[in-house]
Amino acid sequence: MIKIGVLGLQGAVREHARSIEESGAEAVVIKQKEQLAEVDGLILPGGESTTMRRLIDKYDFMDELKVFARQGKPMFGTCAGLILLAKKIVGYDESHIGVMDVVVERNSFGRQRESFEAELDIAGVAEDFTAVFIRAPHIVEAGENVEILSKHNGRIVAARDGRFLGCSFHPELTDDNRFTQYFINMVKEAKETQPV
Amino acid sequence: MKTGTDRVKRGMAEMQKGGVIMDVVNAEQAKIAEEAGAVAVMALERVPSDIRAAGGVARMADPRIVEEVMNAVSIPVMAKARIGHIVEARVLEAMGVDYIDESEVLTPADEEFHLNKKEYTVPFVCGCRDLGEAARRIGEGASMLRTKGEPGTGNIVEAVRHIRKVNAQVRKVVGMNEDELMTEAKLLGAPYEVLLEIKRLGRLPVVNFAAGGVATPADAALMMQLGADGVFVGSGIFKSENPAKYARAIVEATTHFQDYELIAELSKGLGTPMKGIEISSLAPEARMQERGW
Repeated sequence: MIKIGVLGLQGAVREHARSIEESGAEAVVIKQKEQLAEVDGLILPGGESTTMRRLIDKYDFMDELKVFARQGKPMFGTCAGLILLAKKIVGYDESHIGVMDVVVERNSFGRQRESFEAELDIAGVAEDFTAVFIRAPHIVEAGENVEILSKHNGRIVAARDGRFLGCSFHPELTDDNRFTQYFINMVKEAKETQPV
Repeated sequence: MKTGTDRVKRGMAEMQKGGVIMDVVNAEQAKIAEEAGAVAVMALERVPSDIRAAGGVARMADPRIVEEVMNAVSIPVMAKARIGHIVEARVLEAMGVDYIDESEVLTPADEEFHLNKKEYTVPFVCGCRDLGEAARRIGEGASMLRTKGEPGTGNIVEAVRHIRKVNAQVRKVVGMNEDELMTEAKLLGAPYEVLLEIKRLGRLPVVNFAAGGVATPADAALMMQLGADGVFVGSGIFKSENPAKYARAIVEATTHFQDYELIAELSKGLGTPMKGIEISSLAPEARMQERGW
């Protein structure tokens, strides 16, 4: 069975684990870096990116996460997780994991009172996906090899760069598991093509 | 496109899970909290232990303090309004505060009714001591709960009592037959629909943090072990000798609440925590947890 990890330092961990299990894969909550070796793909959940970064540094997770990405294992970042994956963050000198060829801007839709839900058309996933945006970032620029999966009001809110998937919103907050399923399929393909 | 839906308001609290929300009274403290890894800050004029010491009427903070804190950090900023004070809540909403705490730490403005929180775009967190109170607040539209504990005492005993009580009552409701729920709703003073939702989900429909008396990293880890989704730390941090170190230690103990060697390590040499108050020495009228209906 496909095993998907959810980085479990802080944030919407339980919801992602539920969505993974409902999609027929096994979910593993990752609290120690050694656990990364057990899983075929990793979800970086929504939460507070500043907090997650501090905890990642504290427990020397960063090198292991970069190794995980180099091994060709797929990673999926939602909201704060997208910020962790991005190569560049507007207004900051340094990126975090920095493997997905996109530039993101934090809190770019405004504060909590401007947070919203909207129907999205996500290429290859669904034409009627209810997406929940909470103090969400968006993708300002995407590299030439990045496939743009969805836009909202002209802003890129979901994209795929090879084995890295990222979105501004929170697919884990609804019962619609189609985006999670899309990621699980990416993990399956990567595992099948991986030299043993 | 819709703003202020239940999913958007409750979802905001879901993103805070496993984290620590810290009381701060100025921009400098807010930055220390953010740097230490807090998931949000609560902007206040005075921390609860100072409110207790000062006496008199405690109100919403000066908007200038709230604004200063909002400008200082990129993490969410919460602020407190008095129970039932419609205008304080609307003022905080207008300022763009990310979450409002309708809080018993401030002197209540209404001794009969809480705010109708469904009418607001901004989400609310409210205190609770048992499932009846928790369910009434959810019924009014609260998107997040916290145990009340006894704020500003540095004494964890009331927070422990409240989280145990709420969780035991949730387990009871989940185990009941649906035909028993109406009577349970009557006994608890809880809206029936909220109990139905709890039974269907097998848990509270909103995030429940612990608050009111968390003073040490071990206190924070204890609350997580008793089933809290995260912790609020009020007076504990900035009343300690070394706030930055203390704040980091509480954040780490909350994340790794079952790693006792780590908690031992990070509790070493933290300096004196806040002094603390024995609950039985508090006059009944000085107990903030009794406020709220």
